[in-house]
Amino acid sequence: MSMTLSIALAYLRERKRQSVLSILGVMMGVAFFVGISGLMQGMHTYFIEKLVDVAPHVKILDEYREPQIQPVFTFYNADITELRGIKPKEELRGIRQAEKIVAALQIKAGIKVTPTLNGQVFLRYGGKDVSSTLVGIDPETERMASNLERDMVEGNLNNLLTNSSGIIVGKDLANKLSLRMGAKLSVISPAGIIKKMKVVGIFESGLSAVDSGTSYAILKKAQILQEREDVINQINIRMRNVDEAPELAREIENQYGYRTESWQETFANIFQFFVVQNAIMYSTVTAILLVAGFGIYNTISASVNEKTHDIAILKSMGFSQNDISLIFLYQGVIVGLIGSVLGCLMGNLLLDVLASVDIKMKGETLVSFEGFPVYRSNWLYVAGSLMAFTSASVSAYIPARKAASYNPVEIIRGAS
Amino acid sequence: MEKKIVELKNVTRILSEEVIPVTLVKDISFSIKTGEFVAITGPSGSGKSSLMYLIGLLDSPSEGRVFIDGIDTTNVSDAILGKIRLEKIGFVFQFHFLLQEFSALENIMLPMRKLAQLKPKEMHERAEMLLENFGLKNAGYKKPGQLSGGERQRVAIARAMANDPLIILADEPSGNLDTKNADIVFKLFEKLVGEQNKTVITVTHDNALAARAHRQIHLVDGKLGA
Repeated sequence: MSMTLSIALAYLRERKRQSVLSILGVMMGVAFFVGISGLMQGMHTYFIEKLVDVAPHVKILDEYREPQIQPVFTFYNADITELRGIKPKEELRGIRQAEKIVAALQIKAGIKVTPTLNGQVFLRYGGKDVSSTLVGIDPETERMASNLERDMVEGNLNNLLTNSSGIIVGKDLANKLSLRMGAKLSVISPAGIIKKMKVVGIFESGLSAVDSGTSYAILKKAQILQEREDVINQINIRMRNVDEAPELAREIENQYGYRTESWQETFANIFQFFVVQNAIMYSTVTAILLVAGFGIYNTISASVNEKTHDIAILKSMGFSQNDISLIFLYQGVIVGLIGSVLGCLMGNLLLDVLASVDIKMKGETLVSFEGFPVYRSNWLYVAGSLMAFTSASVSAYIPARKAASYNPVEIIRGAS
Repeated sequence: MEKKIVELKNVTRILSEEVIPVTLVKDISFSIKTGEFVAITGPSGSGKSSLMYLIGLLDSPSEGRVFIDGIDTTNVSDAILGKIRLEKIGFVFQFHFLLQEFSALENIMLPMRKLAQLKPKEMHERAEMLLENFGLKNAGYKKPGQLSGGERQRVAIARAMANDPLIILADEPSGNLDTKNADIVFKLFEKLVGEQNKTVITVTHDNALAARAHRQIHLVDGKLGA
């Protein structure tokens, strides 16, 4: 073992209490880094998986991203022409020639397409009114292009085919209205049409927003309710490779002109929220490591002040400035190393505990799950250790440099 | 003819960074031969210790040159000065300056490990031999805190001898010792000079002890006195 290292170890052993506390500080920092980021990442990953699982990967909407150009501007420069009193055209909204678009997309490999009509309705049952997005679907294509069939808790999609007045509701929605299978409820549309419908299925996707606000009926029925015969206002696409969604969305939008959203775009605000969450979490955890660094700085500074005599005699013996600073730098490095290793072990333990916590998140949350979803990756351990190690080393480096700069003559004069 | 092991030529040391520059030593020239036992004497504040730090290359002169074993140490890098100290010079101070966490044996081995010319086993043997020579046979595994003042100073001298240096520089080595232990320390110095032809330069204000040296260099106000 190198001599500077053995002196560093001896100093650490001598100040056992401070050394242990320094190591504990680093350990806590790393453990919390691993634990909290594992939990946070786990939640995020789980949530995104849920979104990708439940929501359409690409949806074609019956609107345009940019308003259409007024004919006058195609002849005269828009900078010098002004058009006043423009009123929006009262057109029947919907995707024109939706069948053609669906047919064209259906032959593409790796994607499944289903046309729908989405509209707001009120569900009235037993004196309670709850608003819901009623989605008119074609069970045959819907089955291929979503996981609705899989998510059915009671009944199945075929019930919509056998009962044209059938409606499938989300589990939370059913609970809100105390609906059971076979219950007959009134469905009221903004067009003023009221229909009696019968619950033929209940689904649970795990995404609370969907489970508490969405219901499904056969496409034809939805069109009648909304007074929009033969209208399709959203085409949902499910892809095998979800990462290609933005590309496909752009392609379709360029081709047909309708606003087309990939799931990444639809949930962009949620991802932004994740970024903010991550920033808060990482700054908190980094602060813990910084505080651990201050602790190490403090301990090693004290050690430097206490060991001035040793520094003086070692220098007079012929130890170089580097040797002296190494003695103190090693102390920080050793504390950082041991702390990181222990921190990783403890962080791992923390994740085990979190994963096994018997917790059920249901109802008023973004997603429902049982037990914390945790994310484990070597990256977390490496990043945590690296940060702790750097913090410890830098904290030790500052007093180490000071130690190296001591003038032995001044110390010896002071001592005698 | 005996070799000049230490030679000072017109050495002046001024602390110029102070508000009022302080002259520690002024225009000093002398030489010391191998095997000499020299005492630097003078009243306190006369620059005895400062002169010794200059000889020991712990401090550099503002003007003049210091030669150690024929090497001009002017404008030499810190690392080289360290190497010269490690190989050629052993220091003993008034305060023993032993590392508290290490045993007597380990303390003596520190300079050897830094020099790294011997195998670990040889270092151990040499450290034990030095302890035995200095009458500390049973002190090897004791920490400095378990030794008496006299024993600690003898361990410090043994440490100064670790790399078999040419020169021993001692700054008031008996300053913290009683008469009996001071006598033991000086007997050790006489033995090193007599038996091993080492050069010993010691700073002392004790005239009785200084009289035991071959030669006295007397300082008054930083200058060579009569």
